[in-house]
Amino acid sequence: MNKIEVTGLHKRFGPKIVLNGVDLAIAAGESMVVIGGSGTGKSVLIKSILGLVKVDSGTILVDGEDVTRLKGRALAAHRAKFGMLFQGGALFDSLPVWRNVAFALGRTGHKKAAELRAAAIDNLAQVGLGADIADLRPSELSGGMQKRVALARAIAVRPEIVFFDEPTTGLDPIMADVINNLIVDLVRDLKITALTITHDMASARKIADRVAMLYAGTIVWDGPCQRIDQSGNDYVDQFVNGRAEGPIRMQVKPA
Amino acid sequence: MTGLPHDFLGVFRAIGRFVLSGLASVGRLATFAWRAVAHAALPPYYPARLAEQMLVIGYFSLPVVGMTALFTGSALAQQIFIGGSRFNAASTVPAVTVIGIVRELGPVLGGLMVAGRVSSAMAAELGTMRVTEQIDAMTTLRTDPFRYLIAPRIIAAVLVLPVLVLVSNIIGTLGGFLLATQRLNFNAANYIDRTVSFLKFDDVMSSMVKAAVFGFIIALMGCYHGFHSSGGAAGVGKATTNAVVSAFILILLSNLIITVIVFGS
Repeated sequence: MNKIEVTGLHKRFGPKIVLNGVDLAIAAGESMVVIGGSGTGKSVLIKSILGLVKVDSGTILVDGEDVTRLKGRALAAHRAKFGMLFQGGALFDSLPVWRNVAFALGRTGHKKAAELRAAAIDNLAQVGLGADIADLRPSELSGGMQKRVALARAIAVRPEIVFFDEPTTGLDPIMADVINNLIVDLVRDLKITALTITHDMASARKIADRVAMLYAGTIVWDGPCQRIDQSGNDYVDQFVNGRAEGPIRMQVKPA
Repeated sequence: MTGLPHDFLGVFRAIGRFVLSGLASVGRLATFAWRAVAHAALPPYYPARLAEQMLVIGYFSLPVVGMTALFTGSALAQQIFIGGSRFNAASTVPAVTVIGIVRELGPVLGGLMVAGRVSSAMAAELGTMRVTEQIDAMTTLRTDPFRYLIAPRIIAAVLVLPVLVLVSNIIGTLGGFLLATQRLNFNAANYIDRTVSFLKFDDVMSSMVKAAVFGFIIALMGCYHGFHSSGGAAGVGKATTNAVVSAFILILLSNLIITVIVFGS
């Protein structure tokens, strides 16, 4: 059985159609990467699966349960399966690093601050960060370190599924590769199902088992990562090779 | 095309759009208020967040609320003295000052000052958390933002505003007392006696009820506009302005309604 199965997903904001019948299946333990240009609805897709965005029609099955019908406690239980790495990190800037990492741990039973702090430091170690940054504020960290702290926070509750929203955006190529390696290691070591959305092809090639391409609100191609250069799909070819010419037209004013 | 000219229909379309968007806003606000109250009432509670908000809303507002009350109470006593002298009624200064402060100016000016400080800060903080996805992140971290962020703010404001307004009433009356005894040659013991004997329990109660209502409005407007802000820094700025302006208007309107209900009949 697929861990996540999305069928016929539609979502529009006012007159703008964002998702126009998305079908996507992700097996347990698989690392799926959805590629696509800016504004193609990648973020809306993952927020729909999390239940943060209400979809207009279609079904989203997670472990065979339809997310679109969930409410209240059941929805909270559904969300507890997920961890998410947000694009900008989305660290709580009013809390020190260790409180950020331990944020979700504090609610599962009343643990002492010292225990939470120790757990936070363990998770920071998982992403290659030392205990010395535990008491800093997120604003005192570099972009790459913020991403890693956010990653530690996302995996702290040992979720079954982790979503990565543009994990390498805004990082230098070396730090981007560090993050890619971390994601690959975490997926393997923690046996999680991963869904990454990105437009960084180097990142996609490194972390994907399978790749799907989202364009104009639908999945136009879906296949194993090794076949991405022989997809036989013009959209994928144009995107993967980063060409301005092709079936995908950018909204640029004529000169 | 025959029939109504295009411009004519355009006017109706514009009115229709305006009315519909107005009704939609009221509906959204009512739903938000209901969710906030429901979440404030049910566990899990966050006592540390509540204490933090009570400190921020209450304690740190004391200087500004106190100064407002002191200056207003003094000015009020001076004006009542000038007006009263024309009718040989200068002796009403203590009674009218305390009524004016406790029934109207204490709660209203206190509420407005706190709205200026607190609604704006809440809208800016929650708005920034919204546009940087911190609120979405909180949801994925097994924490309901309504419980963690909004409920403590609303409970704290409703609890703390009556205390602030009580302080504001006392300092405002004291301002009137100081001006009357120092500048207008009133006898201190006599002034206090007239103040205390004229003030009724109902006056103080209505003042406290107003304060609690204003506290709810202040926190609700700050949270609502912050929570629903969008569009980066400009969006947060807009949310902050809207929070303060709508809190001001709603405070003045609800004050009028409570005054008419309690004292109008």
